[in-house]
Amino acid sequence: MSAHTADHEHVGSTKLFLVVWIALIALTFFEVFLAYLDINKTVMVIVLMGGSIIKAALIMAYFMHLRFERLTLVLTLVPAMVICLSLLAIFFPDSLRLHDLRVFLK
Amino acid sequence: MDQATAGHLAVPNVAASDWNGGAQPYRVGDKKLGMWLFIVSDSLTFGALLVGYSYVRAASQTWPTPFPFSPSITFSTVMTLCLLSSSLTMVMAVAAAKRRDLAAARKWIFGTMAGGAAFIILHMMEWNHLIGEGLRPFQLPQEWLQKWPGSSPLFGSTFFAITGLHMFHVFSGLIYLGVIALRIRKVTDEDVEISGLYWHFVDLVWMFVFPLIYLLSVDYKP
Repeated sequence: MSAHTADHEHVGSTKLFLVVWIALIALTFFEVFLAYLDINKTVMVIVLMGGSIIKAALIMAYFMHLRFERLTLVLTLVPAMVICLSLLAIFFPDSLRLHDLRVFLK
Repeated sequence: MDQATAGHLAVPNVAASDWNGGAQPYRVGDKKLGMWLFIVSDSLTFGALLVGYSYVRAASQTWPTPFPFSPSITFSTVMTLCLLSSSLTMVMAVAAAKRRDLAAARKWIFGTMAGGAAFIILHMMEWNHLIGEGLRPFQLPQEWLQKWPGSSPLFGSTFFAITGLHMFHVFSGLIYLGVIALRIRKVTDEDVEISGLYWHFVDLVWMFVFPLIYLLSVDYKP
């Protein structure tokens, strides 16, 4: 096997990227379909966000080549980003508390 | 130095040599690492905006759900397909640049730019439609207020801020890709890959904006 071919396989093939693209399109249509189902809003948010996280992971892993980078780079970037983004959710209980405060305002 | 000692020294301590200077521990160039760090910081910007939007929506007693299937959901779905397809063409551009097929790389980049331009045009039409209905950053159309009484006027500010900042990123990406395409013979294949990282990130952000802003505000009652 030539070095060129080995390098090409190392960063993924056209077929692999096409499969990822089709998966992303399919997930998009699934999300649109889901938006028109008569289901609980909380369940819908969880499923939609789950779908978006899967799509983001596919884009980062294959289109952004993170799957083919060194593990040290992935471990430096991804956990820090995920933890910081998750910490933002600490505000959410306060948004729901505002509904109770309005009772006293009335 | 005798041969045995030289042979012993020639065996590298991989972990130590990676982090003792004079090496690239991540096996990526400085520019590529810089772009990754920018992407991490920019993801926090968008993360904060989306969390802020979710906060005011959860805290509001009523939030309008004004997006009909046509044109809003149809447009935004096509916009999503444009961005996803432009990401695929960008992957092809990077692959072509890596095998030094510069003419093909330039064509794929132009294809990517076409996807981005289509996204912006469709998004501007969508904005124009909403502004025409009377939506402003801190004011809802009268028709919406009758349909969803007591709705938060922050709908407009969150919508225009998040989609506007994203559109600005797409526009910046178009300029960035245009410069790379025009200078394709002068830039390295890593430069093309770095511009691709930025473009894929713009695509990635939309994967969260689309469901949170549009799909959770569908005007539909079964």
